[in-house]
Amino acid sequence: MSHNTLVEIRNLSRFYGALQAVKDVSFSIRQGEVLGFLGPNGAGKTTTMQIISGNLAPSGGSVTIAGHDLLEDPRAAKSQIGYLPEQPPLYRELTVDEYLDYCAALNHVPRAQRVQARDNAKERCGLHGVGRRLIGNLSKGFQQRVGIAQAIIHLPPVVILDEPTVGLDPIQIREIRALIRELGKEHGVILSTHILPEVQATCDHVQIINKGELVLNESIEGLEHHMKAASLTVAFRHPPAQETLEKLPGVKSVRPETDGRLHVFHEAEQNPTDTILRLAMENSWGLYEIRPGRLSLEQVFLELTMDAAADDAQAHAPAITAELSS
Amino acid sequence: MILTVALREFKSLFLSPLAWSILAVVQLILGFLFLSRLEVFQLYQPQLMAMDSAPGLTEIVLPDLLGNAAVILLLIVPLLTMRLVAEERRNRTLALLFSAPLSMTEIVLGKYLGILLFLLVLLGMIALMPLSLLAGASLDLGLMASGFLGLALLLAGFAAVGLFMSTLTQYTTVAAISSFGALLLFWILDWSGQGTAGGNWLAYLSLFNHYKPFLEGVFDSADAAYHVLLIVTFLVLSIRRLDADRLGG
Repeated sequence: MSHNTLVEIRNLSRFYGALQAVKDVSFSIRQGEVLGFLGPNGAGKTTTMQIISGNLAPSGGSVTIAGHDLLEDPRAAKSQIGYLPEQPPLYRELTVDEYLDYCAALNHVPRAQRVQARDNAKERCGLHGVGRRLIGNLSKGFQQRVGIAQAIIHLPPVVILDEPTVGLDPIQIREIRALIRELGKEHGVILSTHILPEVQATCDHVQIINKGELVLNESIEGLEHHMKAASLTVAFRHPPAQETLEKLPGVKSVRPETDGRLHVFHEAEQNPTDTILRLAMENSWGLYEIRPGRLSLEQVFLELTMDAAADDAQAHAPAITAELSS
Repeated sequence: MILTVALREFKSLFLSPLAWSILAVVQLILGFLFLSRLEVFQLYQPQLMAMDSAPGLTEIVLPDLLGNAAVILLLIVPLLTMRLVAEERRNRTLALLFSAPLSMTEIVLGKYLGILLFLLVLLGMIALMPLSLLAGASLDLGLMASGFLGLALLLAGFAAVGLFMSTLTQYTTVAAISSFGALLLFWILDWSGQGTAGGNWLAYLSLFNHYKPFLEGVFDSADAAYHVLLIVTFLVLSIRRLDADRLGG
């Protein structure tokens, strides 16, 4: 796996009239990397991706794809990307094969290699057996796969996927995620989503964008570190007094949750799990649950997107939580 | 690359019943008009024989047929061009073309060429009718060539205007209505200012006035230039409009 930079974005900004949708965003993607692009609705994810894919001109800043400037040499730059927009650009009246052949031709795949390119893309996206069916008659999941096949048919170094798993069933979501991971081995992949576990499942690198600004740009390991907040969630049938727990070595504070669970915050180096387990046995507190209280990505996300305008983020929060639990 | 887009456009036309029904309807109506004109010719043939330098078969049948064809196609072409860009915009498939390594010019020319191919088929089918007379009569092939060249240029102009109107909107019906309106306006411009000296330039802009000479067998390069200018103008406008899509969002 080499690590040459595929996409370099510098000081990108974009106005819609007076509204600035993207503010001074800079980042880069290397080969063999899956970049997760996270943000609440309307944060500027899609705008950024449309700019990188050449569908939208930036108001300022530069985009370089595999060494070609998107504005100065759009043709060379665009031949290096495959793009799946939010809504897959499918011609419903064509069959899958016809459509993929057309996409291959549009992307300058030589005539002699088109059949092979098409078969290859179909193979990778699990489209065998639907080649002769009309796209309009396929299920949403299959249409989404055709959309991805379209984006990778010319084996571009950079693949941009805008919310690729929206509207799919859980099995399909798993397959698509596996496919994205697979793509990430050879290509550079940019993946936008507002489904947080998706990022944890597929990405190497995470970026959170809020109101057009990048608020986090972190590798997934760095993020893990972010999330390993020192806390435990415990639940007892006969809970001891809160002070008993607070006095344990290493425990900083104890916060009761509404559902009867207790949230124990401790020093990072001194994990009180063993002590709590022992005491629970000795005093028959009836311990029935204990787990490390990792800060979920959701919490990191909320923390980061909240401080700009607290009430605004509050409005988003229930929606995101609802999405997670669904 | 232009050809790829054009062929796709051309084939897609035939995937919907629209192209077939247009071909059928146009052929039916023009066939009827053609036959009725032929009947007129047969009716007056004895008198014509007696006249000196009487108009021939081609002169009686063809200008009338092509004149009617132009009016009918004025109604039909907007229906063909309306979906070119408007439908893609509505279905969000434009992103496929925009993110492919294609310039706006290639996209516009490709789509335009696709429609031209279809119009060529239509033209060929119309031409078959007078050509069928060759079986039993002799035709003025020069007049025919000039007439069909005029019709071809006219249709190319219709298509360019229709393409531009289609880039303006995402509603196919709006595109159809506005290109129909624009074409009709171009057609009837010469109705205004007739007789007054100042109104003549309006009449000069009229499509009809640049079509009529072709039907009379007069090939004036100024007329051809008018059509070419019209086509180029609207194609450039279409390219500009699609570019603005990217800039404006």
